[in-house]
This record gives sequence, C-alpha cells and structure tokens, in this order.
Amino acid sequence: MLRPENEDDLAEAIASASAPLCIQGGGTRGLAVPGEILSTTGLSGVELYEPGALTLVVKAGTPLAEVENLLASEGQRLAFEPMDHRGLLGTKGEPTIGGVIAGNISGPRRIQVGAARDHLLGVRFVDGTGQVLKNGGRVMKNVTGYDLVKLMCGAHGTLGVLSEVSLKVLPKPECSGTMVLYGLGWTAALKVFCDVLKSPYDVTGVARLPGRDGDYDRTFVRVEGFEDSVKYRLNKLYEMFSDFPVEKLTMNSETNVRIWQSVQDVDPFHDKPGDVWRTSVKPTDMIRVTGMWDYKHVVDWGGGLIWSLVSEGVDLREKLTDVPGHATLVRASDETRTQLGVFQPQPAPLAAISHGLRQKFDPKGILNLGLMG
Amino acid sequence: MEMPVPDPAILSRKAHLSRRLGAVLPADAIIASEAETRAYECDALTAYKCPPLLAVLPRTTAEVSDILRICHEEGVPVVPRGSGTSLAGGALPTADCVILGVARMNEVLETDYENRIIRVQSGRTNLSVSGAVEEDEFFYAPDPSSQLACAIAGNIAMNSGGAHCLKYGVTTNNLLGVTMVMMDGTIVEIGGAHLDAAGLDLMGVICGSEGQLGVVTEATLRILRKPEGARPVLIGFDSNEVAGACVSDIIKAGVLPVAIEFMDRPCIRACEAFAKAGYPDCEALLIIEVEGSEAEIAHQLTLIKGIAQSHSPVELREAGDAEEAARIWLGRKSAFGAMGQINDYMCLDGTIPVSSLPFVLRRIGELSKEFGLDVANVFHAGDGNMHPLILFDANKPGDLELCEEFGAEVLKLCVDAGGCLTGEHGVGVEKRDLMLYQYSAVDLEAQLKVKDVFDPKWLLNPAKVFPLSETQSRRQVLAAE
Repeated sequence: MLRPENEDDLAEAIASASAPLCIQGGGTRGLAVPGEILSTTGLSGVELYEPGALTLVVKAGTPLAEVENLLASEGQRLAFEPMDHRGLLGTKGEPTIGGVIAGNISGPRRIQVGAARDHLLGVRFVDGTGQVLKNGGRVMKNVTGYDLVKLMCGAHGTLGVLSEVSLKVLPKPECSGTMVLYGLGWTAALKVFCDVLKSPYDVTGVARLPGRDGDYDRTFVRVEGFEDSVKYRLNKLYEMFSDFPVEKLTMNSETNVRIWQSVQDVDPFHDKPGDVWRTSVKPTDMIRVTGMWDYKHVVDWGGGLIWSLVSEGVDLREKLTDVPGHATLVRASDETRTQLGVFQPQPAPLAAISHGLRQKFDPKGILNLGLMG
Repeated sequence: MEMPVPDPAILSRKAHLSRRLGAVLPADAIIASEAETRAYECDALTAYKCPPLLAVLPRTTAEVSDILRICHEEGVPVVPRGSGTSLAGGALPTADCVILGVARMNEVLETDYENRIIRVQSGRTNLSVSGAVEEDEFFYAPDPSSQLACAIAGNIAMNSGGAHCLKYGVTTNNLLGVTMVMMDGTIVEIGGAHLDAAGLDLMGVICGSEGQLGVVTEATLRILRKPEGARPVLIGFDSNEVAGACVSDIIKAGVLPVAIEFMDRPCIRACEAFAKAGYPDCEALLIIEVEGSEAEIAHQLTLIKGIAQSHSPVELREAGDAEEAARIWLGRKSAFGAMGQINDYMCLDGTIPVSSLPFVLRRIGELSKEFGLDVANVFHAGDGNMHPLILFDANKPGDLELCEEFGAEVLKLCVDAGGCLTGEHGVGVEKRDLMLYQYSAVDLEAQLKVKDVFDPKWLLNPAKVFPLSETQSRRQVLAAE
C-alpha cells in the first residue's frame, strides 16, 4: 500500500506508477478496484478555517469526524449531510472528507442546500501523470476559468487524486423539528412530498422509512432555523395535513436527530440480506420504483432518491429503462457488480466525452481503472 | 487588447458559407449585410468592437445542430451569443466568425410544480423565467443585475450570480439539465428533472465555460416557492472597515440573510443624486435583506440590528412597508445606471475572502490616488464579490488604458488576498491575460485539455478565457486544416 504523507510524495507515487492504482480514502464506500492501494489518509489536517467567512480548507485525507467536530465547535456544519456507508456496507475504516467529495456524497438536506458539489469551492489534486493541479479557490463566487472543481467532485478519483479541498460551511441552526405522518401509501406519501416542497415553509428534509415488523411506514418532514420560526412552520405544515395520522416531534429531541441519521445512513437496510440500489429520478417518477412491491424502499429527497433492498442479483436498472434518471448498485456481491455494473452506463456521446476526459487526465489509465464505466 | 488575425481564407468564403447555411435555415435567420452584422459587433463591454462575418438566429435545437455541423466542416469559428449583456466581452466577435444568437429561442417548454422545475429554451431572459411562474408564487433564484435582458444561455455560459446568491447559490446550483449541441453538431442531453446527473459532472464544467464547450439550447432549471415575505434593513457606518466587520459578525452569529449589499461613499452619493432614495451621507452603507415568515423576519432583523448597534452605526433604517423596502433597494439597483450618468466606468468583478474586505478596500483607495482615477465600490459583501467601478473619461486619450491598468492591479490585489479575478461576470477577453496571475501554466493546461475533448478543433469562442499565447498552438491547428 502507498500512503504518501504530503502532496509532493503523492505526486511522485503517481508519476512513478506504471500499474493501476486503487485510490482510497477511508475505504468505507465499497468501491475498491483491483490494483495497489493508494491511500490518502497520510494527507491529513486543517489548512484554514474562517468561521466568519464560512470557509474551511482541509487536506483530503482528514477524517470526516474531525472536520465535523471542528465545525461543531464553532456552531457550524457541512450542510449537505454526507452519509456514512459503514453501516449499510458493513465496511470498517474512518471516512475521509476526500472520500465524501470524490463520491459527491449528499444526504437529506440536499433538497434545500444542494449536494456536496455545491459546497465545494476549490480543489488541489494530482492527475494521472503526477502533475499537481489546482482549480477554484476559497471564495464563494468564482467563475475564473473552467469549473474543474465540479468535475472532480463525484469523479471517484478517476480524473485525479484529491490532495486538498476547500469547502463552504454553514451555520448550524439553533433548532430542528420534524412532522411525522404514519402509514401513508406511496401515492399519498408522494402528494405530501410535493405539497410540502411546494409550500413556502423551507423544509430541509422530506423522507420516508418503512415500518419495522408490521409497524406503520413513517413519512418525515423536517424544518430547521430559529426556534420560534421552526414552531411556526411546523404548525403550518401540521395544519396542511390535519386529516392524516400525524404527529409533531419535540424539537431537538433525540428521536428527531435519530430519524434523520437513519434516513441519511439508510439504517433499515443495515444487516438485511439482499442487494441495495440507489435510484435518482424526478420525484413524481418515484412511484415507478416504489411500485415494485416485492422490495423495500427508503425514500429521501422528497421522492427524488430511492434506496431499494432487492433480492440478490436482480437488475433494477433493467426494470426502469423508460424512467429518466439513473440507478447505482451500491451493495451486492462481486459477481453481481461485475455482471450488472455499479454505475449506470451513459448514452454514447456522453460516454465518449467522459472517456476523452479520462484519457486526458489519466493517460496511463491507472486511476481507479474500471470504476465509473 | 489583442484578438487573433482573421483568417483570409474564411473571409473569402463568406458567400459560400452563407449559401450552405441558407440551405438549412429560413432566410430571416441569416444576417449577412454589413449594416446588419454591425448589431452584433460587441456586447456590454463596448470598448471593443468587431462585426462578425455572419450572424445566425436559429429557432430550434435542430437548426443549431445544422449550423454547428456546417461551421465545423468549414472550419469556421463560432461565437455563441445570448442577449449580448456580457461585461467581459464573452460575445465579442472576430471578423472571421459566425455569431450564433439564441435570442429567438425563448419558449417555455415545460412548467412542473410537482417536481419544481421549469424547462426553457436558452434564449429566454432570466427575468421572464421567473415571470412564467410568478403567478403561482414561484421564482427562479439567480438574479444578475442585467436580469431584464440577459438570457439563460449567457447565464449558463458565465455561471451568473446575483444579489441573492448568498442563500440560493449561483446558476450552477440551480441548473438541473441541459440540451447542448457539440461543435460537430451532435446533440447531447445531460441531467434532467432529477437532482443529480449520472456519471462525471459534465454539467458542472459546462456551466461557466463561456460558450467554449458547446451551445446550450434548452435548460431544466430549479424553481423555488417564494418565501412568505422579505424585508431589507439599511445600515450606515462611518468607515468601510466597521461595515466589513459588521458583515463578518452577522455571518458568524449564524444569521444567513438572502442578500448583504455594500456601497461606499462615492457610490452612495452618485446613487442618491440619481435615484433620490433617501440614503444617508456616510462612508459605507449595508443593505441586508432577510426573508421568511413575519416572525422569522422580525427575529433575524432583531439579531442583525443588535450586531449592527455594537458597531455604532450612523444610521439604521428598517423598511416599515413595501414602499419603504423598495426605496431601500432603489438606490442599489440603480447604482450602475447612476454611475454611468456621471462618468464612463469600468466594472470589475473580483472576489475576496470576506475577512480581507477592509484591507482590500483600503488598498483600492490608495491605488485610486496613485492612478488618479476615482473608484466607487458596490458589491455583494456576504460572499466577497466586489464590484469596484473605476471612473474614466472615454474621450480623454489614454484614460481607457490607464483605467485598464488600474483594473488589472485591483484584480491582482483580489488574487493576492486569496480571492479570484471574477466572481460572476466571467473572463471573456477582459481578464484573459490575467489568468496566468491566478493559475499556473499547468493549471491552465488542465482546462485547455477539457476544451480539447469537447471541441478538438478549437472553433467555439476560441479567443476567450485563456491568454492567446497559451492557446495559439491549438487554434493554429484549425487554421492549418
């Protein structure tokens, strides 16, 4: 395993590599490819944190927990709520901020504040030839040249290995509250999703978890902000659905925190046998996925993101060929992954562009070869 | 400012090219006469002008595809154009180029409130996107000052921002899908009504690529429900430093207003003389807008006023009703017009870390004395996006050059402070030659490689964004073919 401890050594390691490398942060997201492991965990530490400017610059291998603790000490947070994959995948290790960015990992609040990519201000990375490159910076508005920052976010290390990321952080609101609706069918749930997101009440989470052992399914709507405002908006939402079996949750309660943690980390599928797919569709197409009654589904992003627990080897993608969007095989045996592919294949012209970019940034073909098509 | 020498071989083929385009376009879509092409000789950066060889005004994606395919086959450069409001010369033609204007492509294709999206043709103006959903209490968030005129196509090309992006983000954060035509005529669909596009974030790199990677003909945009209400507060200070410190304290306190606008004394005076908004005569003015329910507005304003009081403001005025709110915004919104009336000016667009605001403002003041040109500052303080307006006299020989030199120094100052050359206007031709100040040659090379992939012959808006010296070998390949 290669574990460079500074950017120069990282560049040297890649420049001198002639065989494929498996780029790894904490190794918790289950996307390892064949090849020698190149770990970024040696590149760790905070470079700059300016709470008054909502900016954090941190080395890519820094543990996510360290980043979150630091921000919490100033009453701030990564607003996009990155998921922890360990529970779902049964992986060990310590998630890194670089891994979050490389995978563009975003949780329930994505519907309101955007994805990880929307909070990434700048990157430093090493391309497949060993060249150290930078793009973007540490300011919130920057249109100077091409936005390779976005391109690197979600590229899973295929265009370069992140060495440093610069992030926009946000204040943690003083209060959070959740409305819970019990036992809604999918059609009723979808109507709730769309109605609350069309409301002016600035909801920051809209999700649905399947009931445990015969319990009712639960639909959740979250609001955050100043306490009076949260109470007010929660009441308004409650009034919208007074005909439903509905409950308002005590604000800032343990339960409230736990609910959103469960949604973010897809708790209901932990330790359950079967493959797990992650489908991104427009909310009104949610029914097309959740309509597959044989499977259990966890829904986030107001219907836009569906986690499905299916029997081993089932090709969910094949059942959704006429639904715009895409499906990723997140958990499955190596055999199924090879057979079905983890990422959704792209239409030919886009695949050609992606291939062209990979050839330019990784001409030796050594960075996470085989990942992302 | 240097532009590439027009290719005489292309100039000599004008009639031929016109005929080929005429075979696939209606007659009124091609503009070839010298009198008419002059309308496309510049954008809002009027210091530089050059009529194009031809201008074409397609109505459909298929027509755009035909135009690009023909130009690709003929080796003719294409400069895409939205509404021509670029302040950076993004749509400035060369004499041997075809201007591809999308102004006639302005239809709303789909409005979908359940999924909170609108799909439009890219020539539609920014404000008319919001206009199309306004009656149903929705809006499109990015709001550049030119929103009445600027097109979504240009917004995407420049990744435009606006006053309210502190909360809602810029174009790239509100763009979900595009239909784009590649230089060889291939039509591609990226993203859609779902929240994240599959594969590499190609949309992320297309947005802000200044029309160099493809021509976006349709866009799926995120629309948002209007907040219950919004209210601005105006706060005057007797120094820029104190105003800057107040901004930083507000953000640190966990309040996130939708807008924090900053004006300095020269700007306040000009706006006041022009718009008579009733601004106080002071060194620095903040306009801070919060939104939400009545209770939320009141709560946020109480916090903001408390923080402001601790900085001893000379004036603190909260809008009591809609009319007072409009008056508070009136001066700010007419700032550019006001400055334009008293002088020629050049509007800069560097961004700096909010914490270096006082230092940068002080240094701009010193530079102003050194160069002997006045500067008025008006900008989005919450995100550090400065808009220094350098005043000059276009009729005075040498003044424009002096102004450009001064502007370059200010932009370098922004980079030195940890910021960047442009926050929302784009590089265009205006800041092209400063790119090597912010990026190393290898950093730029990485960007050029991206263009190599999308547009291998370097025909799309080829003389923009990068210093000509850095792109020369690539552009010459096409000339040689």
